[in-house]
Amino acid sequence: MLTEESLKKAEEIRTRYPASQAALLPILWIAQEQEGWISEEMMRYVGKLLDLPYGHVLGVVTFYSMYNSKKLGRYHIEVCTNISCMLRGSDKILETIEHRCGAKPGETSADGKWTVSEVECMGACGGAPMLAIGEEYYENLTPKKTEEILSSLE
Amino acid sequence: MERYILPEIPNYHTLEVYEEHGGYGALKKALGMKPEEVTDEVKKSNLRGRGGACFPTGLKWTFMPKQTTKAKYLCVNGDESEPGTFKDRQIFELNPHMLIEGTVIACYAMGITTAYIYIRGEYGKWVKMLQKALDDAYAKGYVGQNILSSGFSTNIVLHKGAGAYICGEESALMNSLEGQRGYPRVKPPFPAQNGVWGCPTTINNVETICNAPLIINKGWEWYSKIGTPKHPGPILVGISGHVNKPGVYEVATGELLTDLIYRYAGGIPNDKKIKAVIPGGSSTMILRGESIEGVRMDADSLKAAGSSVGTAGMIVMDEDTDLIRVITRISKFYYHESCGQCTPCREGTGWLWKILKRFESGDAHVSDIDLLMDIANNIEGNTICALGDAAAWPVQSMIRRFRDEFEKRVSKTPAARESSVAAAS
Repeated sequence: MLTEESLKKAEEIRTRYPASQAALLPILWIAQEQEGWISEEMMRYVGKLLDLPYGHVLGVVTFYSMYNSKKLGRYHIEVCTNISCMLRGSDKILETIEHRCGAKPGETSADGKWTVSEVECMGACGGAPMLAIGEEYYENLTPKKTEEILSSLE
Repeated sequence: MERYILPEIPNYHTLEVYEEHGGYGALKKALGMKPEEVTDEVKKSNLRGRGGACFPTGLKWTFMPKQTTKAKYLCVNGDESEPGTFKDRQIFELNPHMLIEGTVIACYAMGITTAYIYIRGEYGKWVKMLQKALDDAYAKGYVGQNILSSGFSTNIVLHKGAGAYICGEESALMNSLEGQRGYPRVKPPFPAQNGVWGCPTTINNVETICNAPLIINKGWEWYSKIGTPKHPGPILVGISGHVNKPGVYEVATGELLTDLIYRYAGGIPNDKKIKAVIPGGSSTMILRGESIEGVRMDADSLKAAGSSVGTAGMIVMDEDTDLIRVITRISKFYYHESCGQCTPCREGTGWLWKILKRFESGDAHVSDIDLLMDIANNIEGNTICALGDAAAWPVQSMIRRFRDEFEKRVSKTPAARESSVAAAS
């Protein structure tokens, strides 16, 4: 459930829109920032908060790719493999990550440290190939640079 | 050309430096004009939207009803998700105040008291950068109540998406803003009559809005002389793929594609030849390398060449590129991003991807080329929004312009064909 601090933020967010349903996406973001993912219990809770049926909240959570309805590893490595990144060698970057993290796209490593995802264009085509960890973008990657980034998270 | 949207001035993203260089001067000027004079100025400038459709911006602003009891809204589209497009991110980072100034000017022109800037969820870091700039602008009285003592008030709210390409489509954006799944709406009614929360709404791209301060500051006559008369102004061109210096370049419209590739982006690594160019983001029709000679980055020139400006996100491919792999990847993207409302798109995008995978693995039959074309033709024009067209155009143009690439990848054995059909069904 949302902490007192998160609830305060949620209250403020509701005032930004003429209808409370519009606060759903921002409040789901708050929930995810607090917990790292969005559980069924949380979806029901947020639904009650905004007077929305659980089915609506579930529909929204599963529609948008950035809401995690499963727990992730400590670091979420998102690798773009769309066209501009592909042309500049994203498959080698993905290979390096799979090998190093012991997880394929969609998987979390056995030690719970890494979750690897293959993602669509992140809007960093000028710095292709790229990966993102949280809000941080890492661009102009080489396999060596990728190794270094992952090492720095040890 | 002098750079206006991404000028080479250190710390231009800060309010102080922006003000030192005349920032918010256009807002002051606009507030001294009548709202309809502001719209008229933008209309006469011939500014056309930079989000992909090239629609005349001033004309769009005139669609907003003047007499209405309902609230009116502006949505600034920063959902930038079209593969090959990465220009708006530069604006959030390097020139956020121009976006804020343009947003307030647009609100004033249309009598709008709330604007939402919708930014894709992946740009969390850039949302924070823009929020910082917005807080500074509020503190200085450029946004909020009684702006610069003019009596005009408007608020700007940043709204973060959560990962869905379709939300860049204007009606999907409005549904997403309302807290729903990003499903495009059937038009009519158009947003200017019935938009977000059932109220009159205008949706403009981030880069488009940044042109408003420029037009107000220097006048429509000055602006309309930059670049191509029918599609004038500065334009941010993103160049990616096989070039030596990928990046966003601000140029006047009408720049030669070859100049963009060779002069700005430093040419092709190892001096290889260009096999193909996608001129304006992954949904625009692919051009053969030898056919880009003389083609310019503007609406008419690219249309004549059989493609479109789109978001001006150019993707360059050298002579060694496996175009079957390219089109398979593009089709996978549209399959992944189809919202699922319309059957031709929901089913068709998946079929395109599956059949293209047969070409990739060498299991396709020669008749699969026509099958691809047939599916693409049946998606195009048969869906609520343009995602269906966006999925069809790359496939249609790839087959039309590079049919030999498909023929080369057809299976040599009929047995492989049978097994691939069985595997796909």
